[in-house]
Amino acid sequence: MPHDSKLDGHHHDHDHDDEGSELSPIALRVRALESLLVEKGYVDPKALDVMIETYETRIGPRNGARVVARAWADPAFADWLKQDATAAIASLGYMGRQGEHMVALFNDATTHNMVVCTLCSCYPWPVLGLPPVWYKSMPYRSRAVIEPREVLKDFGVTLPEDRQVQVWDSTAEIRYLVIPERPAGTEGWSDEQLAELVTRDSMIGTGLARSAA
Amino acid sequence: MNGPHDMGGFTGFGPVIAEENEPIWHYDWEPRAFALVLAMGMTGSWNIDIARHARERLPAMQYWRSSYYEMRHYALVLQLIELGLVTAMEEQPGKMAVPPLAVKRVPTAEMVPAIFAAGGPASRASNPPAGFAGGDKVRARNINPQGHTRLPRYARGKLGQIVALHGTHVFPDSNAHGGGEDPHWLYTVRFTARDLWGKDTNDCVCIDLWEPYLEALA
Repeated sequence: MPHDSKLDGHHHDHDHDDEGSELSPIALRVRALESLLVEKGYVDPKALDVMIETYETRIGPRNGARVVARAWADPAFADWLKQDATAAIASLGYMGRQGEHMVALFNDATTHNMVVCTLCSCYPWPVLGLPPVWYKSMPYRSRAVIEPREVLKDFGVTLPEDRQVQVWDSTAEIRYLVIPERPAGTEGWSDEQLAELVTRDSMIGTGLARSAA
Repeated sequence: MNGPHDMGGFTGFGPVIAEENEPIWHYDWEPRAFALVLAMGMTGSWNIDIARHARERLPAMQYWRSSYYEMRHYALVLQLIELGLVTAMEEQPGKMAVPPLAVKRVPTAEMVPAIFAAGGPASRASNPPAGFAGGDKVRARNINPQGHTRLPRYARGKLGQIVALHGTHVFPDSNAHGGGEDPHWLYTVRFTARDLWGKDTNDCVCIDLWEPYLEALA
């Protein structure tokens, strides 16, 4: 491996806009591997395009926000989510890769749920899309289980002392979606209005839903 | 293995820094690297547990220094070379020098949506009776295997309580090493922060653990 010295994140020195003029070592390696795998017939470049486009345009945290809004608006749907989140979420059209076994975690006045994957970066793709960099980062993966309240402070969230923080470490293929508490003053709102209050972080448990004001 | 991936409980990596309005990708190579990992996974040359184990077998310092997509790319290269799908001589120039090996399938663009929608469920129907019931007190075994495991170090030897049963799921410790799926009961086990970290608090951590990771309390 002659280029080991360049494996340590040098690309951070390169601005995104410079890539046309000077490719970083990792950009060159990825490009070389793609041509090799295509030449060997292992991958179809058009299939790669579809995979990328799917996560750029079809799958993201707006999906999860619709699930949460439905749960707030419809107690029967909320019950279904508690009993069988995979089926309830699939009824809205969100299923498949990295969402095969879903569990919904309802935040309330006594418990705040927060999700991490300490061993890799497991995340419920069909409802939240691809994870943000911080979720995959060493600080979050290392600290979420030992000092969750300090991590929440990094997100500007301070919870009452008597609220139990329950952290879920996604070590298996179960994927967790946090259902944040419904903000006050939203009685009678439509699903679309409610979904606007649901942030990605509130569905991971590192944030709260936006207030109605 | 007690690899660099097993991060729970470390301190010293600094604050969690969330980027405002973060884009999906930060560099043009990231979506290509992401898709290459997915596409090669779809060829059926390995399973998810083998892929995870490849990532945790990267040298520790390389693992910690790499960005997520870099780390996944290096692990992909490691797997391709180990299986002979690519040779080390070919990887950097990106030019074929050795004929390709046969793979089980090469997904086309048309096949991708159905593959994504189907996913890869880990539950298996072969249900032996569950060894534990909800509310049971258990201890996570103190094991330090050389190979792949999903029992994080910070839980080993600790007391917990079963809070959910998920049926039988593929057992990663076997499936990552050619031992077959060997399904076992999967449980969610709640550990108090008091037991895990000696903290004076009511906070807790729930971890999904397979039956072989657990022992009953006498």
